[in-house]
Amino acid sequence: MIAHSIFFYIFSIIAIISAIMVTASKNTVHSVFFLILDFISISCLFIMIGAEFLGMIMLIVYVGAVAVLFLFVVMMLNVAQQKNQWFLSKSSSRHIPMGLIISAVIFFELMIVVGGWKYKPNLVNNLPELNNELSNTHLLGQVLYTDYIHIFQISGMILLIAMIGAIVLTYRQREGVKKQSYIKQISRERSEGVEVIEVASNKGVKIDD
Amino acid sequence: MELINLIFQEIYKILFLLVPVLVSVAMIVWLDRRVWAFVQKRQGPNVVGPFGLLQSLADALKYIFKEIIIPASSNKIIFILAPIITMTLALIAWAVIPFSETQVLADINVGILYIFAVSSLGVYGIIMGGWASNSKYPFLGSIRSAAQMVSYEVSIGIIIINVLLCVGSLNLNEIVIAQKNMWFVIPLFPMFVIFFISALAETNRPPFDLPEAEAELVAGYQTEYSGMMYAMFWLGEYANILLMCALGSVLFLGGWLSPIDLYPFNLVPGAIWLIFKILLLFFLFALVKAIVPRYRYDQLMRLGWKIFLPLSLIYVVLTASYLFYFNLLPIAK
Repeated sequence: MIAHSIFFYIFSIIAIISAIMVTASKNTVHSVFFLILDFISISCLFIMIGAEFLGMIMLIVYVGAVAVLFLFVVMMLNVAQQKNQWFLSKSSSRHIPMGLIISAVIFFELMIVVGGWKYKPNLVNNLPELNNELSNTHLLGQVLYTDYIHIFQISGMILLIAMIGAIVLTYRQREGVKKQSYIKQISRERSEGVEVIEVASNKGVKIDD
Repeated sequence: MELINLIFQEIYKILFLLVPVLVSVAMIVWLDRRVWAFVQKRQGPNVVGPFGLLQSLADALKYIFKEIIIPASSNKIIFILAPIITMTLALIAWAVIPFSETQVLADINVGILYIFAVSSLGVYGIIMGGWASNSKYPFLGSIRSAAQMVSYEVSIGIIIINVLLCVGSLNLNEIVIAQKNMWFVIPLFPMFVIFFISALAETNRPPFDLPEAEAELVAGYQTEYSGMMYAMFWLGEYANILLMCALGSVLFLGGWLSPIDLYPFNLVPGAIWLIFKILLLFFLFALVKAIVPRYRYDQLMRLGWKIFLPLSLIYVVLTASYLFYFNLLPIAK
């Protein structure tokens, strides 16, 4: 158990320090790297309490996909140049009140959620039954696809709508852009590809329109 | 005292796995170049040692004694970290590959998810290397590679779901045991083909080696690297290729199972069969490198998102409904 608590403290200290460094580091790309480190140490903590499925999904979804997109956006926007200096200079400090308001709202929301948290009444009674041979992947699936199936499907719907919304917002039909049609390219025959044209002298010929 | 003994035992086990993997990476580089050469009617490396077997050793010595150049305008910590991360991630995934029913370093419940997570982390080595170099070609190469690896991971994940539907467990050993009667390559053959092609794209092998397309980007994200750091990128890349071959043989070719469950064949240890299957898949990887021209970038993205993703999703529905209709779904005890 000593080894267990040593590792717990190592991972939680890394998680807290990297969470602080996400906001404190001056380079935005470094912030994203610290965020990734934070995700990884949180998933290590998940694995340590025996929730290996959640830990791995955390790695795959957040570190493998979401954080890559973060990094992508941060690198593409070239925000690495704008040094994040709100605590040094006075000129850009007008963002601080807004940030404080937003963080206060999030904090109170979390308080309300945690304060009003209630387990499903049967769940507490059934806890010893959960402690059987099955791996936690099976147990998670059993709860998710029976008792919480509606919430699960609604959250899937919300993600789908968000995805479609993002595509609709960014998609625009551009006129006058040459596009390649693969079916056209593949289904080309020799007869339509090669043509013998009699060129009148001094006139030239117009092709490809 | 017992704890120290335990730790040494574990270290001994880890070395027993890692040293063969590293040696086989060196050998596989030689095999790759040899196959590539023979397809093109050349000799390939054949001077150092018998059949040129020691060529990789000579290359390694050359890399070790070359100077490591760190660009002045680079981000030094991340620049040094990138090859280390690439190689570490390529090696730690080997911990869960089963070589026989008992010979596996970490027999964890979520083995397949572990491999998937580690291979999805592999993109960071490349992004960090490209960004920290602070130069145009590495940056373009790393951005290309990030988009490519993220897209092909999606289809690999859905192919894995196909296999998991047939097995009912995330443990790699149970995936192998579930194939005792029939390897999954037979019922899931289209998925095996898609997995193979996605693995090519995931490991940045030709015809999908756009991140390091030498005609356009010099060497992509490796341009600024030299000496041992370049060699580490290179080792990590080949260890990843071997890992993908091992994953393919565990998921589809029955892992350490012998092809026929008869007298002379089931005497051969499982590790030999697994190595044989990995080599077979690697031979295909090497052949593809030699005979297929490089894709254009939009073709690559189209192949991943518009063809492989819908196809594998349709196959998930097919597999699930087949298993459900014939009541074959593996249900946990």
